[in-house]
Amino acid sequence: MANSTGMNVQLFIPCFIDQLYPETAFNMIKVLEKAGCTVSYNTSQTCCGQPAFNAGFWEESKAVCSKFLKDFEGTDLIVAPSASCAGFVKNYYSKLFDNSSMHHAVTELSNRIHEFSDFMVNILGIENVGASLKGKATYHDSCAGLRECRIKKEPRKLLANVKGLELTEMNDVETCCGFGGTFAVKFEHISIGMGEQKVENALATGAEYLISTDHSCLMHLQGYINQKGYHLKTMHIADVMASGW
Amino acid sequence: MKETAANFIAKSTIKAADKEHRRKINFNIGKYNAVVPQGKEQFTDVQLARERAKNIKWRAIEALDKQLEDFELTITRRGAKVIWAEDAQQALDAIQKICEAKGCKTLVKSKSMVTEEIHLNDFLEKIGIESVETDLGEYIQQLDGEPPYHIVTPAMHKSKEDVARLFAEKLGTDPKATPQQLTLTARKILRDKYVQADIGVTGANFIISDIGGIAVTENEGNARLSCAFPKTHIVIAGIEKVIPSMHDLALFWPLLSTFGTGQNVTVYNTIVTGPRQENEKDGPEEMYVILLDNGRTNILANEKQRESLYCIRCGACLNACPVYKNIGGHAYGATYSGPIGSVITPHLRGMEEWKHLSHASSLCGNCTEVCAVKINLHELLLDNRHEAAQEGYAPFAEKMIWKVWRIAMLRRSWMNMANGNMKTRLINKVAGSWTSHRGKLDFPQKSFNQQWKEKMGSK
Ligand code: SF4
Repeated sequence: MANSTGMNVQLFIPCFIDQLYPETAFNMIKVLEKAGCTVSYNTSQTCCGQPAFNAGFWEESKAVCSKFLKDFEGTDLIVAPSASCAGFVKNYYSKLFDNSSMHHAVTELSNRIHEFSDFMVNILGIENVGASLKGKATYHDSCAGLRECRIKKEPRKLLANVKGLELTEMNDVETCCGFGGTFAVKFEHISIGMGEQKVENALATGAEYLISTDHSCLMHLQGYINQKGYHLKTMHIADVMASGW
Repeated sequence: MKETAANFIAKSTIKAADKEHRRKINFNIGKYNAVVPQGKEQFTDVQLARERAKNIKWRAIEALDKQLEDFELTITRRGAKVIWAEDAQQALDAIQKICEAKGCKTLVKSKSMVTEEIHLNDFLEKIGIESVETDLGEYIQQLDGEPPYHIVTPAMHKSKEDVARLFAEKLGTDPKATPQQLTLTARKILRDKYVQADIGVTGANFIISDIGGIAVTENEGNARLSCAFPKTHIVIAGIEKVIPSMHDLALFWPLLSTFGTGQNVTVYNTIVTGPRQENEKDGPEEMYVILLDNGRTNILANEKQRESLYCIRCGACLNACPVYKNIGGHAYGATYSGPIGSVITPHLRGMEEWKHLSHASSLCGNCTEVCAVKINLHELLLDNRHEAAQEGYAPFAEKMIWKVWRIAMLRRSWMNMANGNMKTRLINKVAGSWTSHRGKLDFPQKSFNQQWKEKMGSK
């Protein structure tokens, strides 16, 4: 992997990664640094504002989005280990700050923020990070990855270059896993029905690993998998990329 | 919780766990998914086609009053009568009046969601008129006493065995009859009904403004017969069905077919521009067109939601929706199910009672991705959620949650206060329904933020 990009990047570590999966954030840093990036992290950051927005509480959301805009001032590119949060900033801030003095800052921010695999492949031009992981894996397209960030090839390119990893595709790979934020709690039965089908499709490939760009999908799926006692391990793509070196 | 929401939860809970239902739906939608890409190949640029269609509908809806008046003027000249109905009751009253004037005992109807919306069959039954569904799928549903399950394929949730059993029970046919035999049975019964019927009722897939006509799309020929055979033809159509010109059909017919069923063009496409004219040999003596509002002008007045009136009811968003596929069309408890139903029902029938449908979505965005006329369906769901919150319909506890969330998210120190054990206990308690099928969430002792600060030696 080339080690001469020398790019400064800002980290956005979404609230649930910060709270539940700090090791994924460290793994992403490890990969970015190997790629030659200088990472910085504004310790006052919290959340992109999506949860309240999706619940319909746009005032509350906007307050938190305004803080985000302030926390991520500047011109550095921003990398996040979540397509959901990156996609929200990219596509929905404009809805909140339409016709406001923030309009320009929002447009500029939406161009600066990238999901991790998008950043690696499309910005750094790196497809092989020198990772290795033995086993069979299938990749789950998160809805935000597919339809908000428009990535599909990027994570697959990265995974294809992981030594020892055999990649297979599952049926209905573009179908939602059923997480959907508060949906997973408010309409738990529907969410579980969707998760069940996703897990069954993944199991049918014979994969040991279920990999995605989004911990939100994965924590929902892993919970269901554990409950059922299946042998399938979910892994965030940043954790895979940091494996074996 | 409102009764509508409680019903939704109850019904969807049962369906989401019903594997047999899941199998049938996945099978039938799988067949649809297999053919749609072939249909799309007829467009040189399907994205462009969708955008054009959206633009045309935009033009139609922005000048809806004018478009409808032009339609009325032209079709009236050819002898049809146009009736404007503000709500379901007005439409039903108008139909009752016509039925009484014609001494109608039996009425045949073709598939029409608008007639479902105003509950026409129930109404006719009450006033002693036999109403016979002539679309095979609708006929099956009518036999079973169920509303349509899907706006395009009403009996999608029934396997061929289910239909054979139903026919055996209701019509005494062989319980092992093949689909062909069953179709012939239905056909034979329905043919007699056409002869008896005094009135034919159809919907309209399009109201064509410039030539003053309505267009009906179907695969069985039953709608064409319903238009033409009985002495009186009643059309009921939502006011949003307008397209400006007959020439627009060159785009809308293939678009509706492809997104609806994967066909290039549906088998029968009929344009009706009035009752039988003097020099014509057949056709009904009289034609009535009922233009139904029934809440649509609420949507028209709502700048954000207006684009949901562009819908051509192709059903693609239903077929693409993972929630629909899990809970089925009946769980919604509304005439229009699936994503488009969740978008418009709160505006047609009341936000407070129907807002839960906008929340019953994982916001995966697949509906927007497939919509024939590029309606931003999942964003409209978000707009509905916003509207509901602004109108104060959220429960008190939820309002408090977001107030506290806002305060916490504005102060980083709050997020670092508790240690892992405390968070694990708190969250698993709050998110009770999360844990019942997914196990507990385990928080690490320290957040990334805390660990980073310690590593960097900054506080
Ligand atoms: S909203 Fe779009 S996809 Fe859904 S039925 Fe209407 S036109 Fe078809």
